[in-house]
This record gives sequence, C-alpha cells and structure tokens, in this order.
Amino acid sequence: MARLIRTEKEVEGRYTEQWVVVEEDPLDRWPAGPLDVVGRPAARVDGLRRARGTARYTADVALPGMLHAAVLRSPHASARLRRLELAPALAAPGVRAAIGPADCDVFSEEAGYQGAPVAAVAAESFGQARAALALVEVEWEVGEPLLDPDEAVRRGQLIDEPDRYERGDVERGLAAADVVVEAEYRTATVLHNALETHQAVCAWEGDELTVHISTQWIWGVRKDVAKRLGLAPDKVRVVCEYMGGGFGAKNDPGDHTFVAAELARRTGRPVRCALTRREENLASGNRHATIQRLRAGARADGTLTALEGEFVMAVGWDGFVSSTAGPMKMLYACENVRTVELGAKLNTGPNDAFRAPGFVEGTFGLECLLDELAAKLDLDPLELRRRNGADADPVDGRPFSAKNLGECYRRAEPHWARRAEVRARSEGPWRRGVGLASQIWYGGGGPPSYAFVRVGSEGDATVLTAMQDIGTGTRTAMAQIAAEELGLPLERVSVSLGDSARGPYAAISAGSSTTPSMGPAVRAAAADAARQIIEIAAQRFESEERVLSLRGGRIVSEDGGAWTLEEVTGLLGDGQILGRGSRGPNPTGMRVLTFGVQVAEVAVDVETGEVRVERIAAIHDVGRVINPLGAASQVEGGIIQGIGHTLSEQRLLDPASGEALTLTLDAYKLPTIADVPEIVTELLDVPDEHLTSLGSKGLGEPPIIPTAAAIANAIRDATGADVRSLPITREEMLRALEEARERAYAL
Amino acid sequence: MPELVVNGGRFAVAGSTLKTLAETLRGDLGLTGTKVACGEGHCGACTVLLDGEPALSCITLVHAVGEREVTTIEGLRDHPLVEAFVRADALQCGFCTPGQIVSAAALVGETPAPSREEIRHGMAGNLCRCGTYPRIEEAIASWRG
Repeated sequence: MARLIRTEKEVEGRYTEQWVVVEEDPLDRWPAGPLDVVGRPAARVDGLRRARGTARYTADVALPGMLHAAVLRSPHASARLRRLELAPALAAPGVRAAIGPADCDVFSEEAGYQGAPVAAVAAESFGQARAALALVEVEWEVGEPLLDPDEAVRRGQLIDEPDRYERGDVERGLAAADVVVEAEYRTATVLHNALETHQAVCAWEGDELTVHISTQWIWGVRKDVAKRLGLAPDKVRVVCEYMGGGFGAKNDPGDHTFVAAELARRTGRPVRCALTRREENLASGNRHATIQRLRAGARADGTLTALEGEFVMAVGWDGFVSSTAGPMKMLYACENVRTVELGAKLNTGPNDAFRAPGFVEGTFGLECLLDELAAKLDLDPLELRRRNGADADPVDGRPFSAKNLGECYRRAEPHWARRAEVRARSEGPWRRGVGLASQIWYGGGGPPSYAFVRVGSEGDATVLTAMQDIGTGTRTAMAQIAAEELGLPLERVSVSLGDSARGPYAAISAGSSTTPSMGPAVRAAAADAARQIIEIAAQRFESEERVLSLRGGRIVSEDGGAWTLEEVTGLLGDGQILGRGSRGPNPTGMRVLTFGVQVAEVAVDVETGEVRVERIAAIHDVGRVINPLGAASQVEGGIIQGIGHTLSEQRLLDPASGEALTLTLDAYKLPTIADVPEIVTELLDVPDEHLTSLGSKGLGEPPIIPTAAAIANAIRDATGADVRSLPITREEMLRALEEARERAYAL
Repeated sequence: MPELVVNGGRFAVAGSTLKTLAETLRGDLGLTGTKVACGEGHCGACTVLLDGEPALSCITLVHAVGEREVTTIEGLRDHPLVEAFVRADALQCGFCTPGQIVSAAALVGETPAPSREEIRHGMAGNLCRCGTYPRIEEAIASWRG
C-alpha cells in the first residue's frame, strides 16, 4: 500500500516541502564497513570506454544532415542594439537559417554583459557559420558598464532583496568579548571550464524534440524545454550518455539549447549549438566574486560571543546570490550572529552554481578569521574550533542526523602535529607552515528518484534509470549497490542511464546529491528483484523464503542448500524479473549535513611571493562510502580545483570597458599536474543511521570547501602574513608580507 | 586528393586541406576519440602522435601532416596505458583522457620508466579539470602492470 508523506527536500541549502509516495517497507540497514561489493574499491565500469575514446559525449553526436550553429554575442559589457541586419549572413555560403531577437527569446536587444547572445546562424559547417557571423551588420549604442559590486550596492542595483539573518544580540556579544577581530576578505570570480563546453544537438521529428545535451540534469532539461517550447513533456527526449564535466554550470538547458531547437525547427534538420572555449568563459556561468567584511568576538577561553558579516557578491547581469554567509551561520555554536548578503547586479556574465557555491567563499573568510582570532587569543586553532562545536543546528536547533566532526578533528591530529617538523624545514627564503580549516555543507539528497532492475534468465542484472553520470562515477556506484543487494559480482551488473526515454525520473547531479538521492532507489529496486527471485526459489526448491539469501551469484539456504541464480531465473526462458525502487523521504526534523577538516602544508618564498602547496590531508565524513577508489579521486579533484581557486584562477576584466581578458586556457590558469601536492584522504565511512537505507551522503562538493582557508592559514603559520584575497598571487603574497613587516616594526 | 596515414590505414581526405587534423579525424574519419576542448592548442585534449611525436591536432592543419603517420587513441586501444589508467582510476569525466593517454604513450615510448618528475614535466601540457592528476601520475608510473 502506497503511503503519501510530506517531506522536506534540500538542494544546495535551498529547502522545499514536497509530497513523496513511499511504497516499500524500509529495508534493513547494511552493517557498517566494507561489504562484498559496496565499500570496496572498484575501477570504473565505463572506464575502458572513456579511456579508449569510444564513449559517446554530446560533442561526438553527429546526426545525418546536422547543421552547426554559431552565436553572435555582444562585444560590449553594456550596450543596446541600434541596428541588426541578418540578410548578408543568410546569403553566405552554406548558411541555412539566421535568427535574431524577433525570432527567439534568448536573444535580447539589450546586452547586459559581454557575450550576451544577440543572433545566431546555422550552416553546413561550423566554419561557415562562424564566417557568416562576421557578415551580420550590427550597430551598438554602447553604455557605461557597472563593474564594481560595492558601487552597485550603493546604487541599489541588486539581483535580489538583501538577505538578512540575525540570532541573539551581536552588540552584546561583542561587548562581552575579550578579543575582537575584524577583517575584509575577497575572493575572485572563477570559471568552471569543464573540458566539454556547453552544447546541445536538437532534432525534431514532427512535434517531438530530441535534445542531446551535456547536462547535469536530464529531467530538469526535459521540464524546462517542454515548458518554454509549449510541448508536452513526453514529447521531449533528453539524452546524455557521457558528459565531459559540469561542476554546477550545466544544471539547466542554457541558451544554446533553445538556439539549436529554434534553428532545427526552421531548417527541418538537426542542429548542433556548441560553445567555443572563449564563449564558455564569457557566457556560461561563473563562481561570483565576493567581498566579505567580517567581525568575530571571543572570550579569553575561546568561546565565540559574536560573529558578524556583510557579504557583497558580484553576481553579474543575472544569476543567484550564493549563500556565502552559510558557514558563519551554521558551523559554530555562537549565540549572537548577524549577516547580510547583498547580490550586486553588474554588467558581467551571469553566475551559476559552482561546486559548493557560497560555502567555498564563505569558508575562506570565516576560517581565516578564526585563525586570526586564535592568534590574538594565543590559542591553538584546532582547539579554538573544538571549543565552539555545535551539537545541533545553530540556526533552528534541529538535531543533526549524524555529526562526526569531532572524530574528523581527532583524525586530523597526527597531521596537525607535523607543525614543528614542517616549520623546521624552512630554509633560505622558503618559509614553511601548516594550517587547517573545517568544512560544513549539505549533501543528503532527497526524493524523488526511481530505478528499475531487470534480471534475465542468464541471471545477470541491469539497472535502468534515466539519470546522468557527470564523471563522478555514478554508473559504478549504482552497479555496486545493485550487485551488493543481488549478491552478484560487479561484472554481472550493467547500468543503463543517460536517456529520458529509457528509464524513470532521476534526480539532479548537483549539491552532492547523486549518490544519496539515487543510491537508495537503486538498492530498493534490486531488493524488489531479489525478493522475487527468493520467492520463486522457495517454490521451486520447496524451501522457505526466510532461510534463503542471495550471495556470490547463488541462492544460499541456511539449511545447507545452494543453487546458482541461473537455476531459478533460467526457469523463465525469455521471462524477466523486474524490480522497482524509489527514493524515500529524508529524516523528519533533522538536519542532514556533511563535515570535515583539511590540514595544509605550504612553502612560501618570502622574496618572490611564490606559494607552493606541499601536502594536504583531507578528513571528511560523508556517511557510508560506496566506492573508496572513486571517492578518493573525488576528494583529490575537489582539492585540486580548490588549489586553482586559491592560487592561480581568476577572471580578469578590463576595468574600464568590462571586456574579459581571460577567455583562453593559456590566460586563465587552471592547475596542471605539476601543481599537485601530496594529498592524503581519510573518509570516516560511518553510515548515517537516520538517512535512507544506505546512510550515504554526497562527496562531490565537501572537499573543495576548506582548501583555500587551510592554505591561507598555513601561509600565516609560515610567514605571519595575513593573506585575505583570492587568488593569492605573488602580488597579494608580497603585499601581505609587507603589511606583516610594517606591523612588526610598529610594535 | 591528399591522403593521410592514420593508425596504419591510408585515407583520402575530402575537402579543404586547410581543415585542422582534429576536424578531419573526428568529422571525416569518424575517429571521435580525439577530443577538442579548447580548439587553440592550450589544453592537450586533442593530442595525437605524428610519427610517435605528440602533436596538438586542433592546431595542426591536414596539409602540414604530410607523410607522417598519425596515431590516435583508437590506434592505442590495446596499449597497456589504457588498462593502467582504468586500474588507477585516472579519469573522471574522461573528456581529457584520450589525450592524456596519447601524451603518456609518447612519454613512455621515449622513457619507458619515467621518474615522477619526468611524468610531471611530460604531462604538464594536458589539462584535467576534474583533477585526476595524482592518479594519472600513478597510472603512468605503473603502466607496465
């Protein structure tokens, strides 16, 4: 009997209430620790296809008769179209269609940022389409761009109403403090740069549209496309078999999909619209810059008495205000907290979610501030954090479904204890030090998500669900979960995903939610199939269901008998066993979060300002780990992106015109293999007893969150300099060193 | 009509010789294992071998290839590096992986037992945004199994 339940759903900290139907009785929890397949390292089930180049990405989709689109974009940060003449482009060789603001609602006559789409053409080749763009006659009335977020706030140019939060009484908290620290932190705008750019291929057959798209959410694209094009959702098929990275910027269809759909409709041919790398770095989203003006007060024993922050976010022409105040509100048990988040509307490209949006930036500010506080208090930074740990959510008092941050701190001790030895290795201009920072984030996932499990007469299983694997190893984790439940070796389980026509609804791959949203549905589907196999076996072999279980590809009886799976499934001939599973609700009244701590070791050349990260130890609690091999890779990848954000990456704009200067991958500095430090990963691997039948949370985002602050705090430990602005370029490092020297002279 | 020698086979190349090698491999020969991620020679995803030397196919014009033999990831499908990358989990999204493996094949072809420093030097031109670098290093260090 289906039960209708009201539940709370969270994606990246945004909560909504919704109904969920629960059909099954809850499954028994698996014991903690490695099982037969789950919890053991597994090489990616699709690894060979990806490594050999046979995996089909959206970039590889070539449909018969496919045309290629190129998009005309505003070269100005602030401009109004005075004249647009598409006819010359339409007459160019190979061109089959050209569209402008009158034809498609993604185009606008007002360009609020450099790269805003204005028109597009479709041609037989991409080269012809690009060449035709140059023939479009276009005149602009160029305006004065607004680029300074503080100025935007002064003018009241905001993306949204200011988001204010207050608990307790901050003035009283500050008055009660023995020590108060105050500082301004800045983080730069950084760019996702997934190696597969945003792209889609759209093809119409009658009133049905197929969208091949590099996306993090097949079902979100299906819903948005159907809505905007006025189609029934079942008339839209969305396909994403393999995907070349997203990091948050591919959650929705994007302008390119609607350009391709409109050009395909007009020409009656499939159309590819793929962004170039330069377009990608202009107009496909970014992590917005922040300015954080923070204050903290504490008693001599380290107890926090007040936290206060004004957060100004350089959101761009459109987008959303990331919850940069989140860590300040949630990480510590401080009674008096006041924050305000202001999202500046600027003449820059719209932001988009980027791997723990807001929390990466906010953790940099808060965790650096805490170390500045620890220095003034002459207190060990790890001890300061321990003394302010929260036993329940400080915002609404809810209990945590699980919180093992204390255990993370304990596991950090041996890494933290390397301080004296690391500092002693300083020599010449190279100063060495150690720093740490804590991590808090969401990652519990939620309903709905569905899966089918199909077992054929040969006894092999296939998981069917229309989700996407954005590169995190989702296929492998889902195969492991189904294999565990069915008692099958991993190689006998296949996973079919990536096509809305070939499986049921599945959740977004964002907010560290794929495994916790999808995993329980896959387990439930496998359990449904396993139950049926056992029922059949009990009848065939005149046994009782309760003594039978599935292990090692066999049906094993407590009474001593054992039969291969094929002896049961083979009875069915062409028949199949079909299991069905869904994701149940999250625990009522509880806060489901992830926690961790990172300890960084750095070397700083105090003469040149060069910073080298030498080692990072990452200790995170994300509940049960499904695949330790893939999980360690996620941690390393998050840290390496974090190192880029901390040391080298920033979108630079011409301060007068707003023209972006870092559109190419030689100008925009991603980390390379030569920049990578030693990384030590420790995952607690303790199932969250309140969360689903798996007790697993997501791991995509947590590892990038504390990296910047841990590095900055290590730099302070090494040099005494307070770096307060990301990226920590040599200029910023030398500025901070000079400031520290001046401070020392003054004393 | 100009010809290209690719993975041991000889192919006539239709159309303009001003096309890039990457466009020709992907579009005309259907060898889509070679990926184009930046199109400007900055990221290494499109790396192929020309007579065993790594080359960026997105900024190499077809007519400049001449008689040199082109080896793409499809020509390396049974190279031990492929297994080594999977075993070490040296890929996430996989978009850069063919290029990484082609570059690594050139590296181990020249230096069969590269040091960690040689791996970092030899592979620094291949970007991986997912950050699988520690595993790429591991895969190359242990490529012979």
